[in-house]
Amino acid sequence: MHRPAGPLVRRQTLATRLTHWVWAVALFFLLLTGLQILNAHPVLYWGAESGFDYDNAVLRLGAAGKEGAGPIPSWATIPSTRDLATGRVIHFFFAWVFGAVLVLWLAAALWSGHWRDLVPTRADLRALSRDVADHARLRLHHGRAYGPLQKLAYAGVLFGLFPLMVLTGLAMSPSFNAAAPWVLDLLGGRQSARTLHFAGMAGLVAFFVIHIAMIGLAGPLNLMRSMVTGWTRIDADTESDHAR
Amino acid sequence: MPADISRRRLIRAGGAGLGLMTLSGCKVLDALSRDLDHPLRQVMEEANRLTHAAARSVTGDALAPEFTRADIRQGMKPNGVTDPADAGYKALAAGGWADWRLTVGGLVDRPLSLSLAEVQAMPARTQITRHDCVEGWSCIAEWTGVPLSRVLDLCRPQPGARYVLFRCMDTIERSLSGLVQYHESLDLAEARHPQTILAYGMNGAALPVRNGAPLRLRVERQLGYKMAKYLTGIELVAGFDGIGRGRGSYWADRGYDWYAGI
Repeated sequence: MHRPAGPLVRRQTLATRLTHWVWAVALFFLLLTGLQILNAHPVLYWGAESGFDYDNAVLRLGAAGKEGAGPIPSWATIPSTRDLATGRVIHFFFAWVFGAVLVLWLAAALWSGHWRDLVPTRADLRALSRDVADHARLRLHHGRAYGPLQKLAYAGVLFGLFPLMVLTGLAMSPSFNAAAPWVLDLLGGRQSARTLHFAGMAGLVAFFVIHIAMIGLAGPLNLMRSMVTGWTRIDADTESDHAR
Repeated sequence: MPADISRRRLIRAGGAGLGLMTLSGCKVLDALSRDLDHPLRQVMEEANRLTHAAARSVTGDALAPEFTRADIRQGMKPNGVTDPADAGYKALAAGGWADWRLTVGGLVDRPLSLSLAEVQAMPARTQITRHDCVEGWSCIAEWTGVPLSRVLDLCRPQPGARYVLFRCMDTIERSLSGLVQYHESLDLAEARHPQTILAYGMNGAALPVRNGAPLRLRVERQLGYKMAKYLTGIELVAGFDGIGRGRGSYWADRGYDWYAGI
């Protein structure tokens, strides 16, 4: 599975490592407070409003408007008791942290050209089926550059899901709706935005699970070192790997 | 390789530390639930000021989206108190609101006492808007009422007035310290927004009891809990000291953000 170890190379810049860990902490609290908020009305709809006299629900996780236990268990919410008010306070605090870091990161990635390390090229797409087959056999490459699937995952999260979460989050704000009603038109209404915010969350959780699984398979200590110190050990034959 | 081993140690210690911090972080955050004065909570609540400032600069005076009659597909879902049990309220309702008055006082040059007929005789605004509850749901309805700015022009707020406080007739809580009536407040900018109205009509009929009869507030760019129902008085105030627990609204006193534009 592993090729001969090659040299240590500098993989992650300080900016990448800092943003990674700030995001990790912020997303942890955003997820658990978000589930607290969801418990207050665990029904998702499509459109501008919520149908009570008609049905436009797309997902019912529990009975709406019931006091007491929501469908999300208390171990998966912050605070652990039913507390929408505190959940919202913590959620919006970390939403600001998350959004501010995202804006800084996007600006820096565009300015420095780092985005080119993440967005799949035509060559990546051609190599995609082989990369999928290699992953299926757990034959993981540790090259200088990211592989096609890695690029798709990281670009999808950084340029796709992260901005989607900010946009759908803002689209639930009645004040922001007044400032930018076109966002509602784009997303299909406030309740659609809420549903998409939930779907984006599910996508991020799926990414997290795969991300952790891949780190476990690809050498957790080496990759943790990479995201803490910036240095990572790559395969000895990585140059030929890269050229194949 | 020694460098590698110490790094591993560092990473393990770091990982364990991060895990412990996260676990204790959850415990600490549970404490925020019980203690509104918790220092960490006060830091996090600063985000609400930031949100308010951002909304002021980004949204400014922009209007909330308005809808058409065709978008009204259901009755208006009521929330909070839907049938006040207070004897005073019941008596006023039984009398067809003939004895009801909206008092306007506090830091004003000209205190007012308006009957429902007088409120209804003022220039009206009708708007079809989406009501967003803090719980997460939305409901579209048509509202008719007098712009609050009109009432403010009549009562002439004094220079020291910073907030408009709304007093309500409904008792929302019976606590050991007595009965707690609902109250809410807005800053003057939101109070003077053209869509901020004192509504007496809903979906083409008189405002029903469950939705706040005879008069309720509509603040279309904020969440439902700002839109006090069963109004009895409006006060211009400089701050919230001595009003409830001093955070400016019934729900703010119970941990919700005072600015509810998000």
